[in-house]
Amino acid sequence: MADYKDYMLFDKLPHTWCAGCGDGIVLQSIAAVFAEMELDKHDICLVSGIGCFGRVDDYLDINCMHVTHGRALPAATGIALANPALHVIVTMGDGDSVTIGGNHLIHCARRNIDLTAIIANNYNYGQTGGQYSGTTPTDSITSTSPYGHIEQEFDICRLAEAAGATYVARATAFNPVQMRKLIRGGIEHKGFSLIECMVQCPTHYGRYNRQGEAADMMKMMNARSIPAEKAKTMSAEELEGRIVTGVIVNKNREDYYTKYKRIIDAQRIREEGGSVNEN
Amino acid sequence: MKSQKKFIEGNEAVVDGAIAAGARFYAGYPISPSSEIAEGAARELPRYGGIYIQMEDEISSMAALLGASLAGVKSFTATSSPGFSLMQENLGLGIMSEIPAVIFNVQRSGPSTGAATKPAQADIMQARYGAHGDHSIIALSPSSVQDCYDLTITAFNLAEKYRTPVLFLSDEVIGHLRETVTETEPGPDQIFSRIQPDPDISQKDFRPYGYSSDSVVPMPAVGNRKLLMRTTGSTHDEKGEFSPNPQNIDRVTHYLTNKIEKNAEDITITRTYQLDDAEIAFITFGCSVRSTISAVDILRAEGVRAGMLQLVTIWPMPEKEIRAVLAKAGTVVVPEMNLGQLAGEIRKFNDYGCRILQANRTDGVLITPQQIINTLED
Repeated sequence: MADYKDYMLFDKLPHTWCAGCGDGIVLQSIAAVFAEMELDKHDICLVSGIGCFGRVDDYLDINCMHVTHGRALPAATGIALANPALHVIVTMGDGDSVTIGGNHLIHCARRNIDLTAIIANNYNYGQTGGQYSGTTPTDSITSTSPYGHIEQEFDICRLAEAAGATYVARATAFNPVQMRKLIRGGIEHKGFSLIECMVQCPTHYGRYNRQGEAADMMKMMNARSIPAEKAKTMSAEELEGRIVTGVIVNKNREDYYTKYKRIIDAQRIREEGGSVNEN
Repeated sequence: MKSQKKFIEGNEAVVDGAIAAGARFYAGYPISPSSEIAEGAARELPRYGGIYIQMEDEISSMAALLGASLAGVKSFTATSSPGFSLMQENLGLGIMSEIPAVIFNVQRSGPSTGAATKPAQADIMQARYGAHGDHSIIALSPSSVQDCYDLTITAFNLAEKYRTPVLFLSDEVIGHLRETVTETEPGPDQIFSRIQPDPDISQKDFRPYGYSSDSVVPMPAVGNRKLLMRTTGSTHDEKGEFSPNPQNIDRVTHYLTNKIEKNAEDITITRTYQLDDAEIAFITFGCSVRSTISAVDILRAEGVRAGMLQLVTIWPMPEKEIRAVLAKAGTVVVPEMNLGQLAGEIRKFNDYGCRILQANRTDGVLITPQQIINTLED
């Protein structure tokens, strides 16, 4: 039986994250799912971007490609198409995934590339000092919205669903058991899967918005959580300010590579030798 | 060796060359005057088991190329100058992560949308310095459709050999020029594929990067059964782990420059035309080569000892060859379709008191032999 520690680089600890940060819970969940599924490390490739959560690859003993801010999904698209046998995991924060990289997210979901996007959403840019991002809630105080944030935030899961994602789920750092279950569901899903992990940033977002310490923020997240099944019966007004958790979308649609492979099979010049894409 | 004659345009020959070189992945965003490369790749790649994907922009195209290449598939993209601007971010990622790829830039006029899609050769400096931070770059420039086939194979070989993105600076004239090309299938000894690690090496001893010498370190594909691979655009150590200490930053910077600059002789390709006894020497590249050859012929017919040095490799700049011309010729003229980007580089080497003249054209019309000759009379 594999252990999450088998997938970790303990010599890289202590990690870079602040005391009370929720990112470590997501990291442990990812490693625990690898162990649960007993995945061969050589079959996994993790692609990460820039930001607090972009540093997740530093602590994992697997294939890693650490790229530029917002570009993890397109880099992962190249890997997933060049070697469709790999489990491609993409770790991003709210900046990477729906702010600087928002365009890549919607197109990756639309194409239904077979990979798993794991997004740690802490409502702000933690690594650079707590500036607002595309998911910062309206009226929040951040280092660049000192008078209150006037923009409307993205709901990452609804954005992904509208763009065509075939597996969409959300968990909070309060509930790592559910987080692991949803991440596993995403990895096992064929096609584009996205798991939004709500994480607390007590250092910046929490402090600016007087949300207390990490534990207070986690309790608040839990208090706001509503299971996806129950949310279906609720009105938009009732759902205001709530965090819908669990599997939100889970449907079958043929992934990009499977479709493209049919073109290859139909068009291929038979006398040509093998290629990497034959696996 | 299989060989066939075709009457095609430069952009089509690029696709044939890429496939002959073993490229099996294309990610790109269409832009004139390069779109025929995308269309050719979309049509041909699946026939060879390869993949074409049209991305949402040039930023993601460049990222996808690097991902596919890391997974072991030779990869390429094509764009034109404004799209090349968007690629700079992940071109830098490719340089820092040391991932091979080939980027075809069919240059057009600018800045911005410019006179879309008229020819220019004004990305010499963007090619060299467009990505931020100190680094070196390899860039080749074709002057014929034959070059578009042959040099494409060279570009992939250099990318694999030096584990770096390689630029192919074509232009609208060459990209859309239609002429006869002989496409000779390269033999196995003419194709260079990235060096693989010693099959007996253990994960513990394996290092995805090396900085102790200027030589290139083997690169296994992500997904191989034996070695885990770690790449990053952050300054890293030999293990590919983030390492921002001053000593490491400095050696990585020097390494990325030296692995190309110290091998300039191997990378440099130049051609000469009537150069041996030339008193007036032209130094040029790309589409301007064609007009310059005519200018040399006209001048020779008039009894003027004119000749030409063609820079097929633009970066690293063929310093030795340029210096030899500057030391010997009384006058050097630099024809180019920009305001003097190449001429400025040549002046850097002019320790010989050589008279250097510029023949520039920036109106989106191919520079003519007469215009080049007129430079001498000014």
